Amino acid sequence: MKNYLRGLKAGIPIGLGYLSVSFTFGIAAISYGLNWWQAILVSMTTVTSAGQFAGIGMMAEPGLYWQMLISQITINIRYSFMSISIGQKADEKFKGIYRWLLGFFMTDEIFAVASQEESVKRSFFLGLSTIPYIGWSLGTAIGALLGNILPARIMSALALAIYGMFIAIVVPEMKKAKPVILAVVLAFGFSSMFYYIPLLKKVSSGLSISICAIAAALICAVLFPVSEEDDNSDKSSNLDKESKNDKEVVTNE
Amino acid sequence: MNNLQFFAYLLVLAGSTNLIRVIPFVAIKEKINNKYVRSFLYYIPYAVLTAMTLPAAFYATRSIVSALVGIVVAIILAYKNKSLTVVAIFACLAVYITELFI
Repeated sequence: MKNYLRGLKAGIPIGLGYLSVSFTFGIAAISYGLNWWQAILVSMTTVTSAGQFAGIGMMAEPGLYWQMLISQITINIRYSFMSISIGQKADEKFKGIYRWLLGFFMTDEIFAVASQEESVKRSFFLGLSTIPYIGWSLGTAIGALLGNILPARIMSALALAIYGMFIAIVVPEMKKAKPVILAVVLAFGFSSMFYYIPLLKKVSSGLSISICAIAAALICAVLFPVSEEDDNSDKSSNLDKESKNDKEVVTNE
Repeated sequence: MNNLQFFAYLLVLAGSTNLIRVIPFVAIKEKINNKYVRSFLYYIPYAVLTAMTLPAAFYATRSIVSALVGIVVAIILAYKNKSLTVVAIFACLAVYITELFI
C-alpha cells in the first residue's frame, strides 16, 4: 500500500500532462470522423500518443490494415526497449500475469519515472499508472465531447508539464554521471536533424525518437560502459528519497 | 466509418501497440549480464527523454519565448533537485505568466 501511494503521487505530473495531450487527441479524433465513444475507446485500449494520432489518421480511410500495422510497429518499437529495461529492475513479485497486465501501461512517461526506481515493485508501478491512465481517458473524453472549453492560454501552459517532468529526470542524472551529458547532447543533436532537415522531417516522430535514442545510447554504451558498482549503487532520484531504505532486492549477481 | 471497420482498426492499433510492449516485458526474465547491453539500457531513458523534449518543447506552447522561459525555469529547478511535480508545475506557471506579457 505504501508503494502504491508513493506511485500514485509520482503519477500526478504525468496525469496533468496527459490531460492536455489527450484533450488534443479527443478533438483531433472527432475531426477525423470518429464518434466520441470511439475516441475514448481508442485511448483506453491503446494508451500511446504518437501511435494514436497516426492511427486515427488512417482509420478515416478503408483498408489500410497492413499500413497501420507497419506504422504502429515503427512508431512504438521504442516501447520494447523500455519494457526490457524495466523488466531488468522488476522485483520478484512482479512477474507472470502481472507483467501481462501491467505492461499495458508502459508509456514514455511512466517508463521514465519507473526507470528511476532501484527496484520496480508491482504495487508502485500500478500506483504510478493509475492517474496517468485516468488523465489520458478523461482528457480524451473532454476533448471529444466538449471541444474547446479550456482557454488556449491554459492549454498552452499545460503543454509544458510533460517536458518539465522530463527535464526534472534528466538534469539531476547529468550532474551525477558525466557520460549522461554526452547522451543528452547526442540525442539532442540527432533529434534536431530529424526536426530541421527537410528530408528527415518526413520520418514519423515516434520512429525518429527511437532512432535518435538508440543511436545516442549505443554510442555512450560503447564509449562509457557503466561499471557494475555504478549501476547498482546510489541511483536514486529526487523522486523518492525514502526508497533508499529498501534496497534488499537490488540486482546483485 | 462503420463499426465493423472501426473495431477491425482498433484491434490492429491496440493489439500491435500492446504486444510490442508486453512481449519483451514477459519474455526477458533473466538478468542481462553483458556490460554493453546493461550500459545501453542505462542510457536509453535519458536518450529517449532528450530526443522527445528537444527540440519539440520549443514549439509546444503558443510562443517560442514562453516555451524557452518555461524550459529554463525547469532546468534551474531540476538542477536544484526539486521533485518532478514541482518542476512541472513551475514550468507551466512560467509559461502562463510569460504569455500574459507577450
